[in-house]
Amino acid sequence: MSAANPTDRRYTTSHEWAKPDGDFVVVGITAFAVEQLTEPTFLELPAVGKELTGGAAFGVIESVKSTSDVNAPVAGVVVERNEVLLDDKATGRKADLSPVNDDPFGRGWMLKLRPAAGGSLDHLLTAEQYDAQLAAEGH
Amino acid sequence: MSNRRTALYDRHVALKARVVPFAGWDMPVQYAGIAAEHKAVRTAAGLFDVSHMARLSFGGPDALALLEKVFTNSVATMKDGQVRYGLVCNEAGGILDDILVYRWPYGFAAVVNASNRAKICAWLEAHRAGLSVEIQDQTDGTTMIALQGPRSVEIVAGLFDADVSALKYYFATPTRYQGKGCVVSRTGYTGEDGFEVMLPNALGPTLWDELLARGAAPCGLGARDTLRLEAAMPLYGHELNEQTDPIRAGLGWAVKFDKGDFIGRDALKQVSGPVRVGLELEGTRAAREGCPILAPDAAPVGTVTSGSFAPWLGKSIAMGYVPRELAAPGTRLLVDARGTHLPAAVVPLPFYRRPKETA
Repeated sequence: MSAANPTDRRYTTSHEWAKPDGDFVVVGITAFAVEQLTEPTFLELPAVGKELTGGAAFGVIESVKSTSDVNAPVAGVVVERNEVLLDDKATGRKADLSPVNDDPFGRGWMLKLRPAAGGSLDHLLTAEQYDAQLAAEGH
Repeated sequence: MSNRRTALYDRHVALKARVVPFAGWDMPVQYAGIAAEHKAVRTAAGLFDVSHMARLSFGGPDALALLEKVFTNSVATMKDGQVRYGLVCNEAGGILDDILVYRWPYGFAAVVNASNRAKICAWLEAHRAGLSVEIQDQTDGTTMIALQGPRSVEIVAGLFDADVSALKYYFATPTRYQGKGCVVSRTGYTGEDGFEVMLPNALGPTLWDELLARGAAPCGLGARDTLRLEAAMPLYGHELNEQTDPIRAGLGWAVKFDKGDFIGRDALKQVSGPVRVGLELEGTRAAREGCPILAPDAAPVGTVTSGSFAPWLGKSIAMGYVPRELAAPGTRLLVDARGTHLPAAVVPLPFYRRPKETA
């Protein structure tokens, strides 16, 4: 595992990232998480408007082998979802999870949140700290 | 306590496999990725290190009598070189293991699940009293490699002294590889044509390298699991355990009541209870082991024993146990996946059957 975790965002110990974007925070999972999952097959995300609790599961990601929770790095309200990753019941378009697989730090983003009042990312790991965690876990 | 390592361990590390503890061994779970490895086996050929499986040999005048006593399938009717699947049951009909028995002119062999090696050796020891039989555990000195997929015959051409392409399904032959004795069988656990080779540890890495060079893709336990699930082959510890029996597990074909007495026979004649079924789910969410199976009114009726998104079929499939009256194909059920009720239907097994060869 190369230490290529971008420094423009913060990380959770459970392998999510949170990137400041103006008044908002964009959330996804790390390349390490994707590597551990291998080949995501299904993603469940909360609806726009849903209030998330920091540190609690907001969704589920499945791969061929496993089902895992995805956790909210910070508390906040969902203002946008990456609809490409989800089935569109209206048009019948199938979810495409390849962005999570191919570009987890970019096109594979999952949610945009409006953080709760007074919320900050300071409690989350820096890229350097997250690299150190992966190294300590032997990756 | 550290795990055992197969003679191919260094190869797995060199190929950058993800290695995990499995039944007391350090085994590769995946190399390129489960879906890619799975598809390689369905379309070309995959290579598996299955050296962790226990290999026992049986000699002496009463070897046949011991095997007939502990094995649900018939051994006496096997031809030399034949391989037969069956169960080892306790007196109550509970499954101690599912094994393959090999018949040779000079004796017998068996391949046993790694996780059940100690239990089966103890069981054989307990039931050999008064019989003249020699049992040898040959696991540690030998390597077992499975080559699986439609290109298998072409890949092994010329490797062994014997023409193994002439082997019929579920037959084996002793032969030689690079001058050393080995056994090649036309068996596997993927639903594809293929071979399993047992050979001395010293030659294991050589054969592994040669098969890779001839185009087989290295595959891990992850793909082995999704392949066997599509082929609806039961796995010990999942579909099979001491709390179920071969009849309810759908393995009645491997129980020969008319062969004479064997351990568990009387109990197996009167079993009742939930039976193994296949489920196909709507959507791509997977049912996992332990997920409750529910009736349409959400009443719990069973439990999932294995479930995954099936890489080749491209849909979510599962096996589990439900009451016999809910086991007919077409029966609508639900699977409770972490509180979400996923619609599912009972389907005939296997989920996947390899296409017949066209002449």
